[in-house]
Amino acid sequence: MPLLFIGVPLAAVLALNLAYKWINEKLALYTAAAVSLFQIGVSAVCIDLSLRGGTIYSLRFIEKLSIDTVSAVVLFTIGLTVFVSLIVSNATLKSGTFNFINMLLMITIGMNGLAMVTDLFSLYVFIEATSAASFVLIGINRGRDELEGAFKYYLMSAIATVLMMTSVALFFYYAGDTSFIGVSSFIAGLNGNYPYGLLTAFILYTAGLLIKSGVVPFHSWVLDTYSPAPAPVSVLLAGIVTKVSGVYAVIRITRNVFLNNAAVCNVLISLGLLSVIMGALAAIGQKDMKRMLAYSSISQIGYIMLGIGSGSALGLAGALFHFFNHSTFKSLLFVDTAAIEMQTGTRDMDKMGGLAQKMPVTGISSLLAFLSTAGIPPLSGFWSKLLIIVALWKVSAPVAVTALAAGILTLSYFLIMQKKVFFGKVPETLENVREAGGGILGAEILLSVINVAAGILFPLALIYMNSIGKI
Amino acid sequence: MGSFFIIVILLLALIVSAVVCVQISVLVKAGIALAVTSAILSVIMFRLGAALAAAFELSVCAGLITVIFISAVSMTKIMSKEELAEKRRERNKRFASLPAILIVVFAAALFFFWPHIDATLPFAASAQGDTVQNILWNKRQVDLIGQAVIMLIGVYGVMVFFRESDKE
Amino acid sequence: MSILFASFIIAVILLFTIGVYSLLMTRNLMRILISVEILTKGVTLLLIAIGYVTGRMAAAQAYVITIIVIEVVLLAIATGIILGAYRKNDTLNTGFLNNLKG
Repeated sequence: MPLLFIGVPLAAVLALNLAYKWINEKLALYTAAAVSLFQIGVSAVCIDLSLRGGTIYSLRFIEKLSIDTVSAVVLFTIGLTVFVSLIVSNATLKSGTFNFINMLLMITIGMNGLAMVTDLFSLYVFIEATSAASFVLIGINRGRDELEGAFKYYLMSAIATVLMMTSVALFFYYAGDTSFIGVSSFIAGLNGNYPYGLLTAFILYTAGLLIKSGVVPFHSWVLDTYSPAPAPVSVLLAGIVTKVSGVYAVIRITRNVFLNNAAVCNVLISLGLLSVIMGALAAIGQKDMKRMLAYSSISQIGYIMLGIGSGSALGLAGALFHFFNHSTFKSLLFVDTAAIEMQTGTRDMDKMGGLAQKMPVTGISSLLAFLSTAGIPPLSGFWSKLLIIVALWKVSAPVAVTALAAGILTLSYFLIMQKKVFFGKVPETLENVREAGGGILGAEILLSVINVAAGILFPLALIYMNSIGKI
Repeated sequence: MGSFFIIVILLLALIVSAVVCVQISVLVKAGIALAVTSAILSVIMFRLGAALAAAFELSVCAGLITVIFISAVSMTKIMSKEELAEKRRERNKRFASLPAILIVVFAAALFFFWPHIDATLPFAASAQGDTVQNILWNKRQVDLIGQAVIMLIGVYGVMVFFRESDKE
Repeated sequence: MSILFASFIIAVILLFTIGVYSLLMTRNLMRILISVEILTKGVTLLLIAIGYVTGRMAAAQAYVITIIVIEVVLLAIATGIILGAYRKNDTLNTGFLNNLKG
């Protein structure tokens, strides 16, 4: 089963390229859409299967590729975000769609592989695959700022890579093996007696992953990379790529390799809290919409780290749900930004105003998205934040309270944005702005519906999990 | 213990050529120094018994990367004599501290590791009965899939970026 | 650890120092790539040394080969990015990299 997630996109890429002469861009679009919808469907089935029966193993590569509940949720989110990015690209990319679709499929292979591996070194291989595809995607239009962003991403990625490879080498030295099971059993067998080299390996690997996640203090590259990229790529990057190659990997390692080691969890909680606060504070002063959203992402990823750091199953569940939610509401916000940029030609919030009358659907969807981010019931963000804060409360009450308070900061920067962009007077330059076209509108509506539905239906999910005996 | 001294000399040569690569101001010569560094590394690997990896390192790093590098540099403009001299002076001022830093680091590392050194023989523990081929093709096939995907991505990336665009 | 292994570790640390130093001090885009390459060589040396000392040379070689292949592809893509940036800016200096700050 896991092989499907790699094989299907790969087959699509090969088919698209071999049959290049006979197909037009529409067909390529539909093929990619079919692949992503396929992924959404099959991964949903996997979520169910894994909740009932445990991990799903690959038949061909026993022990090398596996899907457990965490992987299944991630695969589902990947499928959804890729589908949305596809819709956005249809509306905003004027040329070079064929290249974009190919790279999109290839980054899907990279991320899917990432979600399913069981070995530290293979994790590195697929992280590199995802990164390589990201570089190409960011620079795909070869604009000046975009290439700059792509190069900065390459630089930070290369640094993180060196840290992780050194760490893998050290793990190899001590444990003789790089698979999750091998390393974790070796660590468990040491009974807390860690040699210096092993500690160095821990620190290096985690540092590398934190750089990739864009967590404070390694967050500087995030802004310069997210903002100049073309719209569908921003949706993809913010919505899933940073999260899978960074956050998911942290989840995997903390659970399967470090086995929720107390020191590691404390580091995650501290850095998570720092990211939440700093990201929110920095977002308040921004004028460029995309940069503000980039800072907001840093803040939200901090919440996910807090959930992982709490070490409990509840915290993990909250983190996973927030992982999914962040993909939906952040992607929605980036889609809105793309719509606004397309219609008004600017991303400077100071130049905007009163767009609520001109672009009603965008206005409402943006409102829903930010309410969800801030954690207002009954939207989805409320539930995931609640789970995380409850899980934190059991570990450390002050941290939980701070995280809750930071939610107010989140509310404030989004209120500012909403006010500047959508309410107030319409400046003269924007008199002729109309609502965005079909594709983007569809994406906005789809994501808003998911946001609201996930929030309202969440209690049902709890009942479902109860029925199969998991709660 | 003869082989030990040979390896130490090779390591020294490796470090020296890496320093040269960094300090030299002309890009093309730096690329050649990088190739020399790769070659020395390849020899070291061969002496340690990693024949296959040595071959890869030599052909890919000393060969392919140098080709990519030099062809890329040749596509950029050439500087005049005065610009070159100016750049060299300014660079040497900035990069002057490297040898000093290296000596400090070396001393610190020596100091740190000295207590841990014992007289164990520098020979491998009982070798595993595996061959590289076995590991690559039978046990780590997932990595091979990853490599194939990365190569596909690379081909695409090169196509996207290296193409001289007529409709900029 | 044996003195041979210690000398390898020291060589690796020195290579890392050279690479990081060059990365921090350079103003030329291509040199950034050279620095990353030097860092990668450090890791390669580390892996081979570990393979030698623990006797697991086969696994170490497999890792090294994979790393080399991946790194060369990434280098090619990065060179492509730089070439594209060069054509837009007509310079290989990193001064322009500050364009997006703010």
